[in-house]
Amino acid sequence: MTQLTQDSELSSPQSKPKPGRSHLVIAMIEVRRVSVTVLLTLLVLLTVTFFLGRVMPTDPVLALIGEQADESTYQTVYEQLGLDKPLIVQFGIYIKDIATGNFGIARTTGNPVIVDIRRVVPATIELATLSLILGVIAGVPLGIVAAVRRNSAWDHGVRFFSLLGHSTPNFWLCMMALVVFYAMLGWIGGSGRVSIFYIDTVDPVTGSILIDAIIARNWDLLGDALRHVIMPALILASGSMAFISRMTRSFMLEQLSQEYITTARVKGLSRMQVVHHAFRNIKVQLLTIIILSYGGLLDGAVLTETVFAWPGFGQYLTAGLMNNDMNAVLACVLLVGVIFVSLNLFADALYRVLDPRTR
Amino acid sequence: MENAKEKIGLEAWLTTHSVSSPIQAWSQRVYFGCKEFVRQPLAMFGFIVIALLLAVALAAPLLAPYDPLQQDLAIRLLPPDGEHLLGTDELGRDLLSRIIYGSRISLYIIMLVTIILAPLGLTIGVIAGYFGGKIDTFLMRITDVFLAFPGLVLALAFVAALGPSLDNAIIAIALTGWPGLARLARAETLVFRSHDYISVVRLQGGSHARVIFLNLMPLCLPSVIVRITLSMSSILLTAAGLGFLGLGAQPPIPEWGVMLSTGRRFMLDHWWLVTMPGCTILIVSLAFNLLGDGLRDILDPRSEQQ
Amino acid sequence: MNTASPANTSNKAILDVRNLSVSYQSQRGRVDAINNVSFTLGCEKVGIVGESGSGKSTLGRTIMGVLPESAHTEGQILFNDENLLNLPERRMREIRGGGISMIMQDPKFSLNPVMRVGDQISEAFLAHSHSDKTLAKKQSLELMESVRIRNPERVYKLYPHEISGGMGQRIMIAMMLVAGPKLVIADEPTSALDVTVRMEVLAVLDEMVSNRHVGLLFISHDLNLVAKFCDRVLIMYAGCIVDACRSCELPDSRHPYTQGLFASLPKLDEPQKRLAVLQRCETWLEDKGSV
Repeated sequence: MTQLTQDSELSSPQSKPKPGRSHLVIAMIEVRRVSVTVLLTLLVLLTVTFFLGRVMPTDPVLALIGEQADESTYQTVYEQLGLDKPLIVQFGIYIKDIATGNFGIARTTGNPVIVDIRRVVPATIELATLSLILGVIAGVPLGIVAAVRRNSAWDHGVRFFSLLGHSTPNFWLCMMALVVFYAMLGWIGGSGRVSIFYIDTVDPVTGSILIDAIIARNWDLLGDALRHVIMPALILASGSMAFISRMTRSFMLEQLSQEYITTARVKGLSRMQVVHHAFRNIKVQLLTIIILSYGGLLDGAVLTETVFAWPGFGQYLTAGLMNNDMNAVLACVLLVGVIFVSLNLFADALYRVLDPRTR
Repeated sequence: MENAKEKIGLEAWLTTHSVSSPIQAWSQRVYFGCKEFVRQPLAMFGFIVIALLLAVALAAPLLAPYDPLQQDLAIRLLPPDGEHLLGTDELGRDLLSRIIYGSRISLYIIMLVTIILAPLGLTIGVIAGYFGGKIDTFLMRITDVFLAFPGLVLALAFVAALGPSLDNAIIAIALTGWPGLARLARAETLVFRSHDYISVVRLQGGSHARVIFLNLMPLCLPSVIVRITLSMSSILLTAAGLGFLGLGAQPPIPEWGVMLSTGRRFMLDHWWLVTMPGCTILIVSLAFNLLGDGLRDILDPRSEQQ
Repeated sequence: MNTASPANTSNKAILDVRNLSVSYQSQRGRVDAINNVSFTLGCEKVGIVGESGSGKSTLGRTIMGVLPESAHTEGQILFNDENLLNLPERRMREIRGGGISMIMQDPKFSLNPVMRVGDQISEAFLAHSHSDKTLAKKQSLELMESVRIRNPERVYKLYPHEISGGMGQRIMIAMMLVAGPKLVIADEPTSALDVTVRMEVLAVLDEMVSNRHVGLLFISHDLNLVAKFCDRVLIMYAGCIVDACRSCELPDSRHPYTQGLFASLPKLDEPQKRLAVLQRCETWLEDKGSV
């Protein structure tokens, strides 16, 4: 009987430091890396939006003072806006403004854009979060079933449904929903977050009317708010559901063709246990996908909010576009970019931290 | 004990295991690919719909019963009936004719965007993947900036900057689409770059341009074709979205998205104004997706292999 | 390692394969993977040797019942007087792991990378007994000791990428024996290991198989290895068994394929100008041996 030394049997011990500590160290490295990349991309984003602003066909001075104003007023405002300074100085001022949260004045409301944005963002967050939850609850199990019962009716059904979700113009779906479920059937509420009667009937504590209503135990308000949020949330969710179920199916299929699944079957495990084996390996990827789809929801929210007159970020953006409110538009675009980039990087970093095969 | 039935002539040539020329190998692949494709009902459905779309767009003047731009306020907002199969809109124009002519606009948009997008994305992606190093980092940083925005928002920003018109919308959509394609081409190139036959071309004195255009690009083509077909669906949807917001095609052009926008005011009582154009967008977009999926199954099977 | 077991007749056959055929439908027609194969196996070590594509791996998977759905099977595989090919899935699951188990080839791929190795062994135990986790862990640790893993407590908590190939295979052996099967199929168990580690793993396998009185079906492409390790050898070619004999009689076999296989092995002690190349002959398939 050959004697074996312990060390020769294990891969070199230096490659994996003690579990508890390594996660913290890895996380810190990731945070630093993410911050640097975010800042870098931000800088590029700012440059791009700055030049977009300069390229806009509308004259910002005229936009403020109107076309009837005389020459001297024009000149005064021109100087006030700093448009006579060299481009690089303007850029510097621009960066300084952004850093301090000064996005200019919104033409439509007359408020500073930053105030408007603070007002509309909670509505979008409520809608997007609810949509994400619905998308995950429906999408992940559907994806798993489609992968496990490959090429069955389930699989084809899920794939087709996902395909349908990708192919439907979501603003049209919103319109059809209003026509059928509101105008014809009266099951759901119309535009906005709540009916006219209920506006401002509850203290805005969390920014989410649903949660506020629960806190205040105002069940009527809760019902009304639900009737208003359910359709936009479902339609928005259908997009992310399509994406999530498709990716889940893809991940599961990849795992189910691996050798260790055969091992699990050979051990005599039940079907559920075998699926669980595969699922364990996709958890981290799934989390990444879910975070990414949150960013994708921003895209869908723009049109969905417009059709449902949901007073959120997306509607503010399209209203700004239709009214040539460049300050509002640029601020929104910049903000969307920042959120999207941060989500992507966060998902990437999370993946590295959580994967147990991190070397 | 022989398994293979006796096959004769062309069929034998196409199914034999022992292949004697590159033409034969290529023909066999095309043959089996087509056989596989035809076997999938959904992919065939997509193919037929797209073919129909092309036919309708080409034959629009022959098929449309009325002039799509002719207004007649006396017959506005009529529901579908014998005279007007899909009803009339708020200015008395026949909806069916507008939808038929709208197919021309949509095809125009899709084709133009693809013509801009495909060479641009493919070239940048392959160059980035092939040269690597600083060129790669530089090009990828640029695509990162574009990819920092979700598709619609970026297109909105571009159109807002350039001014609302159909051509600007086309440019905007193309600009939002090329980074994704470039990334794909780059990923494919990275895989193929390390293969020995590429080194062989270089060792025999082939220039970089030769390797890129004659060797690497054709290798990337299958997955690029799949990706482009699939993205035609989202091009259509984005164009419709832009039209809906008034940022793309402008009225009175019968673009399907614009029709949705103008019909929105009356939709609650006149459902056909939005149902018909929307269904058309859905069916065409679905067809592109089905076609793309079907193509993927035969061109790029390793992504779906058991 | 070369324990010459008593003649087959004194043990009752654990596995009785009769006229087994397995085929797949492909685009170019039907492909036969296994063609009318018959053999029996008792409490002994039987090796199946063949080149790639001979059907030997398919044989192992057919017995375990883990073929893809497009496979078509005919014939009988009798285990405990039950025909494995006709059993409902539920009963097959009980047999897998508990009655027959299979040691896979490469622990890098055949162990779940995000699960601790010890838990994977315990899982196999729990699937076939109604006990709790503590007992399962105890059994796993015991088994890990008997496959010569020192410090099993520490190794239990490790992940597959933290252990070497040899240890991975020993974990695999433990995993496949913990539920007490009567028959173990080893599908190329040492092919993915370094040569230096192979002998060790085989020694462990030998010990476990002898101590627990289980039958072993050893599938490999390595003729030398099988000849030294197993009691009997079956040679497979193109889905058929073309030759069968006791391993001590193998070098004297008269079958041209077996002779060819032996001849093509490079020998260190005999100088050769050219390596012999196997000449294949279709007639071998008509004269199928069965044991």
